[in-house]
Amino acid sequence: MTHATRPLIAALVAFLLLIPALPAHANDALRAVVAQNMDQIEKPSRRTVGPLIDQIAATGAEGVALLGAWADRRLGLSTDGRVLIVDGDIVTDAVTGAPVPGADPKMLRPNSGVRGVIESALVASQISDPDPAIRSAALESIARSGTADHLAALTAAAADPDPTLQARRDRLRTLLTIQHDDDSATRIAAIESLGGDVGLDFRAVLNPLLSTRQIAATAPPEGANIARELSPGDDALSRNAAYDLLKAQGIAQPRLTADAQRDALAAHIADGAVGGIPVADLSDPAARDRAYKALEATGQVTPAATEAEAQAAIDAHRFYEVYAEPDSAVTDAATAAQRSAQTRLLAMRGVDLGLDALSLASIYFLAAIGLAITFGVMGVINMAHGEFIMMGAYTGYVVQGLISDRTLSLIVALPAAFAVTFIAGVALYRLVIRHLAKRPLETLLATFGVSIALQQLAKNIFGTQARPLTAPGWLEGAITVNDVISISTIRVAIFVLAVLFLGLFLFIMKRTRLGLEVRAVTQNPGMAASMGINPDRIAMMTFGLGSGIAGIAGVAIGLFAQVTSELGQQYIVQSFMTVVVGGVGNIWGTLAGAGLIGVLSKVIESFNPSNTLAAQTFMILFIVIFIQFRPRGIIPQRGRAAEA
Amino acid sequence: MTRKPLILRNPSILIVLAVLAGFTLTVTLLSQAYGSGVIPTSMIKVLGKTLCLALAAVAMDLVWGYLGILSLGQMAFFALGGYMIGQWLMYARTEAIVAASMAQNPIPPTPAELQTGVANQIFGVVGSSDLPLVWSFAHSLPIQLALVVLVPGVLALVFGWLAFRSRVNGVYLSILTQAMTLALALWLFQNDSGFRGNNGLSGLQNIPGLEGVGQARLSVWFLWASALALGVAYLLAAWVISGKFGSVVRAIRDDETRVRFLGYPVEGFKLAVFTLAAMMTAIAGALYYPQAGIINPAELAPIASIYLAVWVAIGGRGRLYGAIIGAVVVSLLSSWFTGGRAPAIELPFYSVNWVDWWQVLLGVAFVLVTLFAPRGIAGIVDWLGGVMPPRRHGRDLGPDQGALQEQEAKA
Repeated sequence: MTHATRPLIAALVAFLLLIPALPAHANDALRAVVAQNMDQIEKPSRRTVGPLIDQIAATGAEGVALLGAWADRRLGLSTDGRVLIVDGDIVTDAVTGAPVPGADPKMLRPNSGVRGVIESALVASQISDPDPAIRSAALESIARSGTADHLAALTAAAADPDPTLQARRDRLRTLLTIQHDDDSATRIAAIESLGGDVGLDFRAVLNPLLSTRQIAATAPPEGANIARELSPGDDALSRNAAYDLLKAQGIAQPRLTADAQRDALAAHIADGAVGGIPVADLSDPAARDRAYKALEATGQVTPAATEAEAQAAIDAHRFYEVYAEPDSAVTDAATAAQRSAQTRLLAMRGVDLGLDALSLASIYFLAAIGLAITFGVMGVINMAHGEFIMMGAYTGYVVQGLISDRTLSLIVALPAAFAVTFIAGVALYRLVIRHLAKRPLETLLATFGVSIALQQLAKNIFGTQARPLTAPGWLEGAITVNDVISISTIRVAIFVLAVLFLGLFLFIMKRTRLGLEVRAVTQNPGMAASMGINPDRIAMMTFGLGSGIAGIAGVAIGLFAQVTSELGQQYIVQSFMTVVVGGVGNIWGTLAGAGLIGVLSKVIESFNPSNTLAAQTFMILFIVIFIQFRPRGIIPQRGRAAEA
Repeated sequence: MTRKPLILRNPSILIVLAVLAGFTLTVTLLSQAYGSGVIPTSMIKVLGKTLCLALAAVAMDLVWGYLGILSLGQMAFFALGGYMIGQWLMYARTEAIVAASMAQNPIPPTPAELQTGVANQIFGVVGSSDLPLVWSFAHSLPIQLALVVLVPGVLALVFGWLAFRSRVNGVYLSILTQAMTLALALWLFQNDSGFRGNNGLSGLQNIPGLEGVGQARLSVWFLWASALALGVAYLLAAWVISGKFGSVVRAIRDDETRVRFLGYPVEGFKLAVFTLAAMMTAIAGALYYPQAGIINPAELAPIASIYLAVWVAIGGRGRLYGAIIGAVVVSLLSSWFTGGRAPAIELPFYSVNWVDWWQVLLGVAFVLVTLFAPRGIAGIVDWLGGVMPPRRHGRDLGPDQGALQEQEAKA
């Protein structure tokens, strides 16, 4: 309590220390009160100190500062009978606020009862302070560590003019009531009034109420609030744990561990034998037991509990889980409240998980959409796709180096990344892929060669260490709904970007000349060519478009991931999975694939949050099995194009 | 009809075996342990490892060059083989060390204490002291040796069965094999999977029971073993692809549907070759990692399997000796360039340091080989032997329209 209020009081004192600079500050009322009650200040009693404290508090800010120092045991008496506040090396007169250099005050040591009274008086004065900031700080300090005295002060205080502060105060009072009120009915009512609340503070209040400890006894303990009886061997209490409990309560002998046995035997080696058994034979556990028995028989070692004795001891006792809280009505109410809180919590965790999954899905979608165009629409495998993502991210990094304004640089980086990767994609198509038409495996290998070369090139240019691509300020932070549900702004932005790209892709494919021609070439290149479409040019443009989108995805990914030369590699397999799972040749398939993979990854991860590697492993296994049942993906390609 | 023996039908087998024997003999005579000492022990190890890689490349060629499956998961089998033998090497050696230290105790250790000690020693780095279930047989060399071929074999069998029965083909299959490798690598990376996470297994170059032999002689022994394995595997692979079985396998590569319509159980053929290749790769791995001394999940990175494909492609796929040539040439060049021994090219404005630029050169060379020399280095051999198809400038091979095109015949 004192630790928690200290910063606040220190701040008050620091504020008051500025006052000596102002003229005519001396607090005559305080001076009078202090002078009249010197003996009370020196030797306060919990029962009688109340009125004095009220008097001091009523004298104004200096009085409050004095009380703060008193409660903090920073109040001292000088030899000439003045009351001094000691703050580290600085000593000031409590009444005048003037510094007293070289003083050697006799420190006052009020007992905890007195300090409790002082503190609640202080809080009472703070929560009715005219300054809302101080009121808010006081509530915060109570929320950190409230006591029964605070509860009384909160109940007694006049209503707060600020409705938000009043709401906070009411909540705080309810929480303190649950913890500290004497009357069970009031506490239960308080618990029920907050039923289903999922706030961290409420859960923090409930947990100690429901904390249990395990005890072993021969009969049910009298007057204890028993949560349940345990039977040894259950999940909650293993036999070993039960025996340890007996040992801890001093009921049972320690059992002989293998190490203790070995040490005992080693201590009693005589003529190369222990208890008549040669040392060389002691590599056999049975021989060790015999040797120990022999030592026990001669009284050289203390008898230890055998397995059978341990068993008997466990059987002779019953094991209970007992609440620390004695009142069973309160614990019942708390259990019910916790259960309903947990149900709502579970639902909210589900929502949170859904948001996470959505954002992961949009990342996969962004990474895969370019691939969906090149692989899905054109049937061209581009293993260098990941490197295009990387190129986009590095373009963002370079642009950021040129333009210092984060927002502007991001706006410039997006089209710049598109341009760079578009050109790279067109070059790759003209130089390599065009010559390998209809040889998909060789296209895969050749583009892999390109990928190796590009990766090393990036390493040579930018080095191996990660380059930062910092998001502008308005993209930092998170959107928080409550203690459970929150999502970082950048992920929302990526989701928006993914939706934009979906729209853009649909627009290009369905509403533009290019899209019409792309669809025509995809369906029947020969017929398209005879209609005056140049299939080669269309393929090149499509490839450039897919690569350009990869570049933009690179900028987006670079904002939250480290930009390294291996950035693309991390996404390439997932991207292919997304396209393959979703179904080739259909943007909705890619969307479905990204959604499925995103949701499943997060769901698998939520079972064991600490082990993301396992989640990824199971994810891939799932995909391998999924392909078994839907080899053509969620939305399979139909018609003539599927034959190609 | 009596057939000529395999070797006479394929004179290349004899040449390869002779070259291999000559190479082994030469290296032995130049080694520190058995000869003049011109070749240092570290170089012998590099050569021995290269032979193992060549063996893996032969298996890759079997799968890719003859069966037409571009498997990007061969390194998974390679590493699994290494892990299986590594388990025994590490367990046996640690057991010897722990037993020696426990012998200092006044009381001799029980078997359980010994095992706890070993487990502590091996798994201390990943914060565990229990021997995982997958190490149940680590104490037994024969069982682990059997597992070297069984584990990758079963994995290939199950994976292949799942993939082939649902007719996953071509690029899809490649991506799927890559995914399998990635999944295995991610699993091995976990500390609680029982393979020491990213620490991997180490100290494999010390063979338990052969402490007195010394690395100089051990490295030559491993070279012999690798050469022997390569020779036997080459013979086996050559035998598999000859005769009727081999014809069917190549037919599957060229047109799977047609072979199926002819009544052949395509899946069975594919499974057999895929599994055989996986086992061969695993043996290569089991010989490789004791020479390398350490194995960790990074060895399974998707890129490693693709390098294998690069070697086979550069060497010339569809020719078993091409795979060997490719693996040997590219991996030795690679270690020469990345070892920092290649002289840098001083340009007036930039110094080309090969440690940095080798990958770029390899990538570009790979693209060029794919574009202009799909037969790789082995294409030179074909050219010398006059087996190149005549240039017909795109005309049909037969008199009728619809006869085989030159393009088709080449593929």
